[in-house]
Amino acid sequence: MEKIFKNLSLISASLVLVLLVSIFISLFNSAKPAIDEFGLGFITESAWEKDVPIENSVSHLADDAKKIKQEPATFEDDILAAYNDEDDTLTKTIYGGLIPIVGTLLSTLIAMVFALPIAMGIAVFLAEIAPKQISNVVGIAIELLAAIPSIIFGMWGLFYFAPIIQSVVGGYQVSLLTAGLVLGVMILPFMAAITRDSMRTTPDVLKESAYALGATKFEVIKDVIFPYSKKGIIGSVILALGRALGETMAVAFLIGSVFLMPHKLSDPTVSIPVAMANNFGEATGLTLSSLFYLAFLLFIISFLVISIAKFYFLRKAD
Amino acid sequence: MPIMSIEDFSFTYASAPARSLNNINLPIMKNSITALIGPSGCGKSTLLRSLNRIHDLYPGNDYEGRLMLLNAQTQEMENILDIKRENEFIALRQRVGMIFQKPTPFPMSIFDNVAYGLRIAGIKNKTELADRVEAALKGSALFGEVSDRMNKSAMGLSGGQQQRLCIARAVALKPELLLFDEPTSALDPISTAAIEELIVELKKDVSIAIVTHNMQQASRISDYTAFMYLGDLIEYDETEKIFLNPKEKKTEDYITGRFG
Repeated sequence: MEKIFKNLSLISASLVLVLLVSIFISLFNSAKPAIDEFGLGFITESAWEKDVPIENSVSHLADDAKKIKQEPATFEDDILAAYNDEDDTLTKTIYGGLIPIVGTLLSTLIAMVFALPIAMGIAVFLAEIAPKQISNVVGIAIELLAAIPSIIFGMWGLFYFAPIIQSVVGGYQVSLLTAGLVLGVMILPFMAAITRDSMRTTPDVLKESAYALGATKFEVIKDVIFPYSKKGIIGSVILALGRALGETMAVAFLIGSVFLMPHKLSDPTVSIPVAMANNFGEATGLTLSSLFYLAFLLFIISFLVISIAKFYFLRKAD
Repeated sequence: MPIMSIEDFSFTYASAPARSLNNINLPIMKNSITALIGPSGCGKSTLLRSLNRIHDLYPGNDYEGRLMLLNAQTQEMENILDIKRENEFIALRQRVGMIFQKPTPFPMSIFDNVAYGLRIAGIKNKTELADRVEAALKGSALFGEVSDRMNKSAMGLSGGQQQRLCIARAVALKPELLLFDEPTSALDPISTAAIEELIVELKKDVSIAIVTHNMQQASRISDYTAFMYLGDLIEYDETEKIFLNPKEKKTEDYITGRFG
């Protein structure tokens, strides 16, 4: 019995690892054609689906093609040639991931910068300052806010929030800033609720010993409660980061979904999940593979960001 | 001479239907150890926690009577129940320190733990901080054990060391009165002996009130003993008299182990 239980839990645990590895491998395989074609240059290339002339390095291909053209032409060939190209240069389509990568990182950054201080404020208020009744009511509201599906945030953001942003900041209604702020609103309840819960685990006697040394409420929160609940707070930030990096629906409504490099916060752009969601439907061949390359990169970015958050801050916390 | 005089003092918890302490009259003598003993629920901890008004962290509790604390400068007794403003509370808690049942090191280094009270009291000078931390650790018989790892986390110390660290942290502020709330209840006998020795040592510089459920401890270290039962003070006298020749039947029953 003991053994069966032990093995069952071992299997469940290893399933996580198997899943992680198999997702990684399947993403890599699907992205393989694009990785072979563009290499790491994909990350720094800002063009998406752009036709460029085939360069000298591959000119023998062009020469071959020209030779073929010079052969006696059939009627169909002529029509095809006219249909394909006005001039005679051959082109290929290139894909680059820079814009969605920048869009993803910036919208997440905006969300975190906006949400983190507010979430901490809410958590401190709920855990330490508010009377019990108020704390309970606001606490329930926070949890309900966390339960709202992201498409509702997207629609609310588009119809009510975006015009306000536009009237304040100018520029477009849909933009990096709008998407980032609504993302911030979405991750806020998670961070606030988890941070509040971990702050509440601080033993009363620990707080009392700080008060007994003449500490003020602010000093107790800063010097005792925050250090004590650091792990929970970092956990909440990690969860929020994961959600913000991968959020698709709400951001698809709000970021503008155009492959343009943003120069200011009020410019529309695109993020990796949005680029994938918008283009998967009709994508084939290299386009599809490039989308998988983007997905692969998102996987790695999430992994890196969360690992850094976890290991850097948790090591500091110990 | 009493450093504190508890006069007609009653206390009611916010959630309780009745008083938890009933009309207590008790002196806490200067440079002496006063032990508060009695069975669970007798109100000894409640009384101790009134003396630095730590109850005020939670709303709705009710005090009656007077808690007169000696002002060292003017040599006059002042009622600490008159305190209302936050800076007065801070000043009170700097004068009346407290040690809890469990060791409560903060999640920071050993040095920072002892320096904490000094820093929030506004002492920034590094040499002064270092001197007072060292003096407090020496005064708490801990310096020799931690002098080579002052910047390591206090969480790595043993339970007995952690409790002595908490005493050092309180002593660093040079309080006039130290309140011990069952300080050895979570410790092994050897650590307990070390803490008891330390408390006796400390009374040269500071007055001490200690709550204990351990009667041997009270008889070993205290000069005066107050026996409490169900929120009433039954008997207060010199420790020797309480343990050898109690006046009240209840006190005798309790110290001879007939109940409690």
